[in-house]
Amino acid sequence: MRKIARLSRFNVASLALGLAFLYLPILILVIYSFNASRLVTVWGGWSLRWYHEFFNDRAMIEAAWMSLRVAVSSATIATLLGTLAAVALSRGERFRGRTLFSGMLYAPLVMPEVITGLSLLLLFVALNAERGFWTVTIAHTTLTMCFVAVVVQSRLGSLDRSLEEAAMDLGCDPVRAFLSVTLPLIAPAIVAGWMLAFTLSLDDLVIASFTTGPGSATLPIRIYSEVRLGVKPEINAICTLVIALIAVVIVIASLASKLSSSQGESVAPL
Amino acid sequence: MSARRIFARPARFAAIAPYVWMVLFFLVPFAFVLKISLSQTAIAQPPYEPVFDLAAGWGALKAAFAALSVDNFRLIGSDDIYVFAYVRSLTVASAATALLLLIGYPIAYGMARLPKNWQAVAMVLVIVPFWTSFLIRIYAWINILQHDGLLNQILLALHLVGQPVVWLSTDTAMYIGIVYSYLPFMILPLYATLAKMEPALEEAASDLGAPPWQVFWLVTFPLSLPGVGAGVLLCFIPIVGEFVIPDLLAGSNSLMIGQTLWLEFFTNKDWPVASAAAIVLLVVLLLPLLLYERLQKRQLEQGR
Amino acid sequence: MAGTMADELPNTHVATKAADGDAVAAGRPLLRIESVVKTFGTFRAVDGVSLDIKAGEFFALLGPSGCGKTTLLRMLAGFEAPDEGRILLGDKDIAQALPHERPINMMFQNYALFPHLSVRDNIAFGLKRAGMARVDIATRVSEMVALVKLEGLEKRKPDQLSGGQRQRVALARALARRPQLLLLDEPLAALDKKLRESTQGELMELQRRLGMTFIVVTHDQEEAMTMADRIGVMKSGKLAQVASPRELYEAPRSRWIAEFVGDVNLFDGESKLRDGHRLVIGTRDAGALVVAEPREPIGAGKLAVAIRPEKVKLSRRGPVSEAGHETAINRLDGVIADICYLGGTTTYKVKLDTGGTLQASVANSARLDVDAYSLNQHVVAWFTPDDCMVLQS
Repeated sequence: MRKIARLSRFNVASLALGLAFLYLPILILVIYSFNASRLVTVWGGWSLRWYHEFFNDRAMIEAAWMSLRVAVSSATIATLLGTLAAVALSRGERFRGRTLFSGMLYAPLVMPEVITGLSLLLLFVALNAERGFWTVTIAHTTLTMCFVAVVVQSRLGSLDRSLEEAAMDLGCDPVRAFLSVTLPLIAPAIVAGWMLAFTLSLDDLVIASFTTGPGSATLPIRIYSEVRLGVKPEINAICTLVIALIAVVIVIASLASKLSSSQGESVAPL
Repeated sequence: MSARRIFARPARFAAIAPYVWMVLFFLVPFAFVLKISLSQTAIAQPPYEPVFDLAAGWGALKAAFAALSVDNFRLIGSDDIYVFAYVRSLTVASAATALLLLIGYPIAYGMARLPKNWQAVAMVLVIVPFWTSFLIRIYAWINILQHDGLLNQILLALHLVGQPVVWLSTDTAMYIGIVYSYLPFMILPLYATLAKMEPALEEAASDLGAPPWQVFWLVTFPLSLPGVGAGVLLCFIPIVGEFVIPDLLAGSNSLMIGQTLWLEFFTNKDWPVASAAAIVLLVVLLLPLLLYERLQKRQLEQGR
Repeated sequence: MAGTMADELPNTHVATKAADGDAVAAGRPLLRIESVVKTFGTFRAVDGVSLDIKAGEFFALLGPSGCGKTTLLRMLAGFEAPDEGRILLGDKDIAQALPHERPINMMFQNYALFPHLSVRDNIAFGLKRAGMARVDIATRVSEMVALVKLEGLEKRKPDQLSGGQRQRVALARALARRPQLLLLDEPLAALDKKLRESTQGELMELQRRLGMTFIVVTHDQEEAMTMADRIGVMKSGKLAQVASPRELYEAPRSRWIAEFVGDVNLFDGESKLRDGHRLVIGTRDAGALVVAEPREPIGAGKLAVAIRPEKVKLSRRGPVSEAGHETAINRLDGVIADICYLGGTTTYKVKLDTGGTLQASVANSARLDVDAYSLNQHVVAWFTPDDCMVLQS
């Protein structure tokens, strides 16, 4: 029998080009963030000048701090709610309102952000809520808990149900069985869900623009208003810092999940 | 009662908190969008009327209902700006999705054919850029595409062009940005179906006399259609409502609906019209949204 | 209920013995299943099964896939609740009790070992739930580890074990709580043939040593015959026959069971005449056959005569005639149509002159093939009336 070559030259080329396309722009951005020249495009030697500039930019720092706070709190609440939702959907069998529930959870995954943002703003205005940290946190929680639910649900779905049965057989009531067997096994997915929620929140511009109030801009809102005015080297530095932060979060989280589970399962970040 | 049902009883209690949250912050807001889309614009804060005042009793409520109007929808239907924006959004989304499929498929296919341990590495490599901020990735392209950016410098150095080409504020730049941002969303579902495919199927097809291109068209591609469907929907739907990419990379003479909505809302402060535009956008996306939901459900719940 | 059981658990060994003693004294079985019905939608997975299991018995539920044997087992474990009927353990109806409320443990088909816990923690899992003291848990775990010969592997995680070792961990984990009844769902299905055979022996030895009651579900009749004291054969949700392995093989109650358990030659026919304690049955494919009258009276109508292949003897000229028996022996002439050499035995397919085919399994008692028959050779196949089974069609 003639065997097809597993990996043709075409496969290799498309992979290499695809990855280059994905990484080169980011790489260029990182390199230019260390450019000493004020002109973004002229290489003036290595320098940390723009990082310095960023750390002296009070407004920017405040926005970054706001973004971090929102990201951590919304990711934490979203992980809690999303995990609960995933458990209900994958273990609750049929219950009243299930279709509506799953519909509400899956829709925000692809719903244009302008609609989600607009609708939440109208709610906050109607409630006469003061817009700022909490409104953005609530908005981000609503969006990101859906992503957490999907990540955790897919892990729950692939989990062998007889493990839970074995726990019950060995004397656990359903809640104990969940806590002592299911939860440790889905922990990596929960960690991945938190990471996803954290970065999505840190990343979001549109929903935050709708739901925040004057004087409490998030980092993406500040970056966006700067970028609209043109390229600035300082933005390169901020972006590089954000990338570094996210990289650190990914590394820590994947190390943590590797320690918590020695099953050799990798944490799929999506 | 079965084992699953023993577990189901407490599991259902887990639904309460997220359920309440989603009703409060997802469903109820839509009711507000719907209501305000039927209201009149007013120069006030908030800039619309009428507002329901439940304290005023049934009579006031009836009056409020009487004041609701479909004028905003009539405006959207008759004003070229909106019609064009919807048409442009759908065209851009279709073209970009086609491009994404064309570019994403070979990459996903290449990934699926890598040795098993390399596949995991490739997957991480594809996902990592997705974790870096959306805005940053667009900004990275502005860096490259600007008047004296890297691309023009390279083109000039190679004498491919005589003078700097205008890239920014063009559709080309916008398509590059969209493809760049959404590529992982296309690759991952495609890769997932391609990697699950039994390699023996392709070997059997070639064993039965099919040349490589026929193996691909008659076996591989048809079997990867679920992944194609997921990838297409996962890209198409959000691109229709995209705001940031066209705003930063495309020209300002023809707007997509996301931009129009944003403009209507923030610049013109016409919340009722913006709400009506959002409702129409939802209606336009209803079919793909439902399709996507069914796919998602089937995928997540197939193990049940 | 869970509380009281948990409190008693460290002493269940004693308690179980006492309960068993009472049950035996009262002449009651350990487990009594009474007309249990379980439906899934319109499908009756278990359809009115009644069964008694004695304390200390090794019982096997045997049947093809989809016959309801696993559903029945899961009802005993508490993962399914019967729609009708009772399940009595001792004198308590446990039909609606939750899994963790039953003094019954199960060894799962894929073992269901907790991947995040070590061998030790897997075995200790059920003991911790029972609120056993830490010291007692440690003692019990090392007892169990020794019992299943896993010394030195206590700290391993399940994915660092071989298939056979995993099976032992699953067994130790289920036995650790000293359940009154151990359920085993296809316990050996995941092992290869050689390991399966040795493990069968170990399971039997263990069960005898602990004096425990085992119920095993299997689709492998050889496994059931090897291990079990009694076998319940299930077909479409019903118990077709409950009997010892020997009785099941030599006196199957129906044509279906005869075919399901082992190989068999079947000849359809009708009862012709009675001659003392012998019956003559006229068959279409093998002519008139003389059979011993079965213990249970046979009704009129269509019958089948069944003969196990190893009961059929072959010779070149027929049996050496014994005075008086000559007429009673069934003699069939034919030609060897197919030869299947299996090592210990050879199976010959004999095309009978009367039209049918007969399988004969002959022990290869000599190394050289001087006694073997060749294709198309004319042979006489013969068997005694006592070797024939008469079955209602």
